[in-house]
Amino acid sequence: MLARTITHALVGLDARRVEVEAHLQNGLPAFAIVGLPDRACQEAKQRVRSGITSAELNWPDRRLTVNLAPAELRKEGSGFDLPIALAVLAASRQVTEESLRGHAAVGELALDGRVRPVTGVLAAAEGAKEQGLSRLFCAAVSAPEAALAGIEPVPLHHLAEAASYLRGEWQPEPFDELDELPAPVGLLDLADVRGQERARRALELAAAGGHNLLLGGPPGTGKTMLARRLPGILPPLTRSEALEVTRIHSVAGLLPPGRPLVTAPPFRAPHHTASAPSIVGGGSGPRPGEASLAHRGVLFLDELAEFPRPTLEALRQPLEDGVISIARVEGRAVFPARFQLVAAMNLCPCGARGDPAAECSCSTQRLAAYRDKLSRALLDRFDLLVTVPRPRAVELAAAPAEASELVRERVVAARGRLRECRPTRTEAANALLSTAVERLPLSARGRARVARVSATVAALAAAEAVAPEHVAEALSFRTPNELAAA
Amino acid sequence: MSAAVIEPIRAVRRLWRRELPELLRQIHDPPQALFLRGAAGVEVLAQPAVAIVGARACSPYGAQVARMLGRELASAGLVVVSGLARGVDGEAHRGVLDAGGVTVAVLGCGIDRDYPAAHAALAQRICERGLVVSEYEPGVEPAPWRFPARNRIIAGLAAATVIVEARERSGALITADFALEDGREVFAVPGEITGTLSTGTNRLLRQGATPLTSTEDVLELFGLAASQRPRPSTLGVDATAALARLADGAASADELARATGLEPGPLAAGLAELELAGLVAEAEGCYRVVMPLRH
Repeated sequence: MLARTITHALVGLDARRVEVEAHLQNGLPAFAIVGLPDRACQEAKQRVRSGITSAELNWPDRRLTVNLAPAELRKEGSGFDLPIALAVLAASRQVTEESLRGHAAVGELALDGRVRPVTGVLAAAEGAKEQGLSRLFCAAVSAPEAALAGIEPVPLHHLAEAASYLRGEWQPEPFDELDELPAPVGLLDLADVRGQERARRALELAAAGGHNLLLGGPPGTGKTMLARRLPGILPPLTRSEALEVTRIHSVAGLLPPGRPLVTAPPFRAPHHTASAPSIVGGGSGPRPGEASLAHRGVLFLDELAEFPRPTLEALRQPLEDGVISIARVEGRAVFPARFQLVAAMNLCPCGARGDPAAECSCSTQRLAAYRDKLSRALLDRFDLLVTVPRPRAVELAAAPAEASELVRERVVAARGRLRECRPTRTEAANALLSTAVERLPLSARGRARVARVSATVAALAAAEAVAPEHVAEALSFRTPNELAAA
Repeated sequence: MSAAVIEPIRAVRRLWRRELPELLRQIHDPPQALFLRGAAGVEVLAQPAVAIVGARACSPYGAQVARMLGRELASAGLVVVSGLARGVDGEAHRGVLDAGGVTVAVLGCGIDRDYPAAHAALAQRICERGLVVSEYEPGVEPAPWRFPARNRIIAGLAAATVIVEARERSGALITADFALEDGREVFAVPGEITGTLSTGTNRLLRQGATPLTSTEDVLELFGLAASQRPRPSTLGVDATAALARLADGAASADELARATGLEPGPLAAGLAELELAGLVAEAEGCYRVVMPLRH
């Protein structure tokens, strides 16, 4: 007796259709899973068997073979438990195969028959929707996530519910689709940052133009504090952006329970000891790295110069293309990675540079070695560079500064202007830019960066065209001499 | 430490002791010979010259003073001699090159060695208009004990030596000692009495060196007047306001914003304008005036 159910295996963010075939034959009782299952998938045997008995259903005491097709695709994880269990129930005629038609399934089984959530439900639901399936069996907690794909979820707490649903004895309540995006939560407010007007201005420009930002300065000046407040002044994610971000975070298993949709621009801050694969993504069945988790948000690299150089160089491709493609023996995966890069670093290894109250004790050789850690190519990716000086006590005692909400309104308006009619440079502005190239150490790339930033400055000022003063301000955020090659 | 050999030096010339410029022959221990590399003629060594030396790990202030001095002395027509080291030396050379002047770099190794390696490009630029010289044969590696000996040539080539920043036991002080021994003028740039970077220069001042308060102090010695560089009259309102505050001393952008009451945007624009005009320079988040204002 043969029955099949449909589920999905993830390759990167892509859900590939997998047919789960269960075949019962006469012979000594045995249970085998074939079709390139990994260890977790192989262990499904024990969970499925206990789950079915715990749900007071019958375990067929016959020779049982489960095949996961296509056989050449590697199956990873515990999400195959539920489809295997359903296929076994159908093969042993405890539910009809007919009733399974049009359904996909994904979920892990507990030994007592409860259904546990797994990662990547959104991607699996989207895969099912694409193939014209109308309903998805999944854990009850994952149901809101599955509903985002526009598929009808069958939320399950227990395997027994699935059986009674398939016998037509129970119907889940229809699921309300999300009309409005929930407001982002957990964003930090810029009002907490006292003083630092120039750095705040740089942050606002970075938000408005989507520029990459490098904050330099002695330790304890609030570089990290500023960077963490960038997501709060970015425009909120649109519905399609939120879905993109949620898909990635779902695959990585990072969705907080109860909040299926990520609506705030993500903020990721990997430690500088992180390996290159953990940042760009990798693994045998490629998984998204920090750069992809920061998609449509901010990737913050604190202590930029402490990151190993190969890691930093690996970020150049996503910074250019907005995607990361990872090739492995098992296959190739493409992850979106359109993030805004914000980095912070000290101006020298001992950290005293830029602090009027301390004297730098670094030798010239150490300084040169520190500078050499950052390639020109990487520094060129930063449109805005700003030195954050140590604030004085007077500033710290000052009244709270402008709140994120007000800044965000300006940012949203400026983004709109940049999208609709990008301001162009006046002749005087062009003349100033040419003078700057002549007089300052400004490369061709540097010139292009200044041009980009000046358009943002003009958009923030709601100016029709880029005037010389806009170019001048953009110039003040160019690569400082301390970081330029000696 | 190894130093890379760059392209073969074709224009190596050798001056024997009797061919050395007058000033250098007068010192206590003139070199046996001098090797020359660069486009300039030997006569450059006989022109009125000022040496600018100082700490390798200098402060932004020291770097900017060195550069300003190099630029202004060169504009007045003087040759600037220094040691091609990192820090003050390199900035002095760069200042001269900014002004399109002639500068001489004295090395403590063969003239075909680029030491420090990071200054290879700078040496190349110096050679286009000036000279790189050494008493050592081409191929001689840099060694710690060769640098003090090199300093006697720096002091010997110049009629006056300016020490910009020096710690307690700095090589620049050796240069100053040589200059004093040879009866040349020694200038020291006053620094903070609390900073270790100015203990050397401040000690020199206590011992009777001439304090350097502006480029004119040096130019006077040569009977020269500073080249008049008029203040650009087209400075914007914001730039003028920022400049007025900076004339009192260095300040960060945020301090300037508070002092002038300007918004960060217009202020940044004003500062960039001043930088472009060559009046102000930024280092480590701090802005300071580099061109003394003449009223």
